[in-house]
Amino acid sequence: MAGHTIAEKILAAKSGKSEVTPGQIVEAYPDLVMSHTATWRSVSVMEKVGATKLYDPDRLAVVLDHIAPAKSEKNASDHQACRKFATKFGITKFYDVDAGIAHLVLMEAGHVAPGDLIVGTDSHCTIYGSLGALGTGIGYTEVASVWITGKLWMKVPESFKVSLSGAFSPGVYSKDLMLHLIGNLGADGASYKSVEFYGAAAGLSVSERMTMTNLAMEMGVKCAFVPPDAHTEGYLHGRLEDPARYRPVLADADAVYEREIDVDLGTLEPMVACPHEVQNTKPIGQVKGTRIDQAFLGSCANAKYEDLVVAARILKGRHVHPGVRFIITPGSKNIMLEAAKTGVLETLLESGGMFTNPGCGACAGDGGVMADGEVCLSTANRNFLGRMGSSKAEIYLSSPATLAASAIKGCISDPREFY
Amino acid sequence: MESVIQGRAVKFGDNINSDIIIPGRYLIYIDAQKLSEHAFEVLGKEYPAKLRNFQILVAGRNFGCGSAREQAATAIQGVGIKAVVACSFARTFYRNAINDGLPIIECPDLYPEVQEGDEVKIDLAASAIQHGAKEYSFPQLPDSVRKILELGGLAAYLKAQLAQA
Repeated sequence: MAGHTIAEKILAAKSGKSEVTPGQIVEAYPDLVMSHTATWRSVSVMEKVGATKLYDPDRLAVVLDHIAPAKSEKNASDHQACRKFATKFGITKFYDVDAGIAHLVLMEAGHVAPGDLIVGTDSHCTIYGSLGALGTGIGYTEVASVWITGKLWMKVPESFKVSLSGAFSPGVYSKDLMLHLIGNLGADGASYKSVEFYGAAAGLSVSERMTMTNLAMEMGVKCAFVPPDAHTEGYLHGRLEDPARYRPVLADADAVYEREIDVDLGTLEPMVACPHEVQNTKPIGQVKGTRIDQAFLGSCANAKYEDLVVAARILKGRHVHPGVRFIITPGSKNIMLEAAKTGVLETLLESGGMFTNPGCGACAGDGGVMADGEVCLSTANRNFLGRMGSSKAEIYLSSPATLAASAIKGCISDPREFY
Repeated sequence: MESVIQGRAVKFGDNINSDIIIPGRYLIYIDAQKLSEHAFEVLGKEYPAKLRNFQILVAGRNFGCGSAREQAATAIQGVGIKAVVACSFARTFYRNAINDGLPIIECPDLYPEVQEGDEVKIDLAASAIQHGAKEYSFPQLPDSVRKILELGGLAAYLKAQLAQA
């Protein structure tokens, strides 16, 4: 009998089976069900079906991150419905509009452990694979269903193995790696698959891993993993409520992969995703000089503390171009607090940046909306038509380093000049 | 859910993402009619009204990619589309469509043959699509999943389950 991948092992464990094989449909019991501002929609489903009990309130996490704080009466009443629900059912993992982006908040708070199965109302739940958990997105009706029944059907995915070698050149980051991969494989290049990263992935920080497993969604994955190791353990040390929850699930040496991909990190250049699809990627040299009106340093992909530091290093003692609105939306309150303590916040403000409250912000079209003909360079994970306002606006995606260099110059620029 | 779906086809290309289907600013709604007023509007203001002339949406690869927003499936139903036939679907849209009671069919062979406005007939029970003189077959959904769709979506399925318990 062949060995198993991480996804196969987690799905077997969560469906009470000794082993599962790709293509098999199982009934799995998630450890955590995340819902963000969409929570009120799931509450309405619960009411519609007449359910009054939750399978296990301790498995729910509710974080108000999209369109937060409220910007309309409708938003406000939606948020109110989420709060009432959390109070009524005693949801202890409830985070209000001040906390930040759900994914980052839940990982910081120690609610995500290796081997967990996590579903939630957000496609970028794949990010939990940065800590070795199987995270995947579902809709709000299905979230309500898991709240009530504790389970959902899942198809066991085939897995891809991405082996990394070498090391990034200065100015090149995991965002560039992912844009390179998405460009090569395409928006559905890993559709329905689980992707595991090996080799030099072991040398990358948890923050870089978060960017990788987050962006993997943009090639269609069900889930993505960097196998837990000393970095993971270091990140989770002191965060997990119960240290015994640190139980890494690793693939067997003879696990079967549908496809194996090798990438030499040393050969990568800064990459940019051009409008209006993430797969439309180009090396920096081909887009250099494109004028920008707005630079957005934010989103669950690249608004972590390390990302702010990367931008601040380039912007220290420099000023953004007068034609550029530089919006910084830290991923979480803790990230913002750390940036405040270490002077990163000050550096970014002095460089001409403006801070918004932590959360999804402009990535989800909340604030920083673009007018006809405007161009935004963003560290987010999506550049879809109309996502940030006008459908006559353009969104380019890059790493925080490329963003900082471009904000200074007023046009898309190569960050390696600053290293 | 109707077993036979017949009507005119509207055609889209590859990688139609859920931001195109329903922009994020309308996610404050879950009502199908409200959502339908903005379906595909980023492609042109005429789209929501235009789509009401069609019953079947035909698309290329990776339909519904991007955000896991369930309202993408709801908005499509809101304009009166009864089924989506694509070369392939993004997994989040696939689940949301089933959970929303919107039949989805993977049939890559049909795609190059269909022109916008063509009559298409889908027989879900027989797993067959008729287009002009040609007939195409498609794989059935797994039984457990088909039951959800047949009841009109996951909410109805849950309600039935809770009533039994």
